[in-house]
Amino acid sequence: MSSLKYLTNGLIKENPIFVLVLGTCPALAVTTSAVNGLGMGAATLFVLLCSNVIISLIKNFIPDKVRIAAFIVIIASFVTIVDLVMNAYSPELYKALGIFIPLIVVNCMILGRAEAFAQKNKVLYAFLDGLGMGLGFTLAITMMGAIREILGNGTIFNIRIFGAEGSTLLLFVLPPGAFITYGFLIAVMNRIRMKYNL
Amino acid sequence: MAKRLASTLINMVLSLVLISVTMSAALAFVYLKTKDPIEAAAMKKELEAIREVLPEFNSDPVSDMIESNGIVIYPVTQNDESVGYAIKTYTDNGFGGRIELMAGFLPDGTIYGVSVLQHKETPGLGTKMTDPGFREQFIGKNPGNFSLQVKKDGGMVDAITAATISSRAYCDALQRAYNILIQDTSAVTDATTETNE
Repeated sequence: MSSLKYLTNGLIKENPIFVLVLGTCPALAVTTSAVNGLGMGAATLFVLLCSNVIISLIKNFIPDKVRIAAFIVIIASFVTIVDLVMNAYSPELYKALGIFIPLIVVNCMILGRAEAFAQKNKVLYAFLDGLGMGLGFTLAITMMGAIREILGNGTIFNIRIFGAEGSTLLLFVLPPGAFITYGFLIAVMNRIRMKYNL
Repeated sequence: MAKRLASTLINMVLSLVLISVTMSAALAFVYLKTKDPIEAAAMKKELEAIREVLPEFNSDPVSDMIESNGIVIYPVTQNDESVGYAIKTYTDNGFGGRIELMAGFLPDGTIYGVSVLQHKETPGLGTKMTDPGFREQFIGKNPGNFSLQVKKDGGMVDAITAATISSRAYCDALQRAYNILIQDTSAVTDATTETNE
């Protein structure tokens, strides 16, 4: 069996946002712009990748009964590292994402992959799985951020497309817009997956 | 593949202790590496905000700062002559909680510029307080004779459409800065005595 399937798995077939519906809290809350989505995605990708690899590496040294505690310590450490690095080198993004960076710790996608995949598989597979899932997550929330930014603010990646006079659908950058966008995106993804049998 | 460690007390304690110690060491390392850049970034932002709200200066406002009731005053000078005061002020009356502003006052108390440091207002409504349309109406006004209240409350400020609470909060923060300016610096009193003479 090709190890590549672990990589592509997270992109479409088991996309954490659209199919597994995991990690929806940051997906709904920070996707007011494409840049925020991308930043959040990158931070989550880093944490997921590192925690998957480390947990897979030391899986035999973690006794079963304390595995969740051990996973959380590892995940929380990487989240703190992301938090510090982002604060130091990208203060603007850090300000925009705010509390949602520390909250990556409780993103069930990360603990879920550790529990369901990394602790049972080889390091290479855990790495590919983390990469695939992280990219799937990043793509999904960047897409959500882009749609909400275009409709709600008339810009994408801060480049103005239209609506300089303020004639935009404000609703889309407000919380209800997040749910509406999310619902439609899941529907579209389901349609695509059914049509191509993915 | 090797068998997983059995869940005996010793194994559990050992593995958790080892993991915690290793991860803390990694964290300590990253913390030391990022400590200075984080401080530098915060300082740079503060200085940029001061530059934005006051005319040109060549003193170091951060070393001259005065603190009063949780509000920081940065006296700013150009060749030892007072250019004005940058005041880092706040209000807790924003629609989304605390709003922090950097307000620049000329020595006679006239507002030279205001910049929003931090806020949690509604995107698209309260966030318009950073737009020129709202912000520029304060420039060149002296709170001594320009009532810092929205028109709805009998003041002279044009509120943002659909964001009266944010507009009120903005005025509140500015008023607080002005009060501190009068109370803790010699700025406005000097100017008033001069005009009286």
